[in-house]
Amino acid sequence: MSDLNFVWPLSGGLLIGLSAALYLLLNGRIAGISGLTASAFGLTGAGISPLGLGFLAGIVSGAAVAFAWIRHADFSITESPVLLIIGGLLVGFGTRLGSGCTSGHGVCGLARLSPRSMAATATFMIVAATTVLALRHIVGGL
Amino acid sequence: MAYRVFASVLCGLLFGVGLVISDMVNPARVLAFLDVTGAWDPSLAFVMGGALIPSSIAYAIKHRRSRPVLESQFHVPENRTIDGPLVGGATLFGLGWGLVGLCPGPAIASLVTGRWEAVLFAAAMLVGMFAYRIVTSPRNAPRAAY
Repeated sequence: MSDLNFVWPLSGGLLIGLSAALYLLLNGRIAGISGLTASAFGLTGAGISPLGLGFLAGIVSGAAVAFAWIRHADFSITESPVLLIIGGLLVGFGTRLGSGCTSGHGVCGLARLSPRSMAATATFMIVAATTVLALRHIVGGL
Repeated sequence: MAYRVFASVLCGLLFGVGLVISDMVNPARVLAFLDVTGAWDPSLAFVMGGALIPSSIAYAIKHRRSRPVLESQFHVPENRTIDGPLVGGATLFGLGWGLVGLCPGPAIASLVTGRWEAVLFAAAMLVGMFAYRIVTSPRNAPRAAY
């Protein structure tokens, strides 16, 4: 990584924050992707949400545009199907049970100084870091 | 409704571009950020810090407004109680996030790469959300006596 390695994450973060800001001021809602995903697929008990579907369509289109013109997708995801399935199940169930993820609790919740979001963000950060520590340095590379 | 859906799409677009530019879609980058005792990559702290700037400004503006531009009222949770489901859910989420390096936003965004790993993860995530829906559906909740 170059010495200017903060420029990409900072500008990307600003865009994510701008998205959350506009979503609050225009639609009056939290830009939390786990909640929006569940609502887009009718998994919240309130039917299929056009707002959720629109947001997800926007994410996919925005990512496609950015991958094509700004930054190529030169990364890899773990190829262990078992890990992908267990990880996906935990993320899906956990974000619903815990009422949010990195965006809803992290970006929006911390910005509005919500005690619940501060507790949730601290919890998932510590647990995720501990999981990586256990996998990489105790169990040995996956 | 059309304006609100349009606003959702616009916000989604910004979000998707932001995820790719910040490299949040890259699980290796996320795991390197979480790997605090290894070769720590601090870049995602800049993502979080950068995102909090406009987001905090918006929540400050919200306090001066009675309603959002396209809705009659704000739909922001008022609950301030830290309870078991919150901490338990965050724990399960942190475990899954640490295992793979994908949280919900990047999981959706990485679908456009067309990789089977991204599709499998997103499908499992939806199954997990569906499982929560089943567990908490009124049918399984304690019933009131008639």
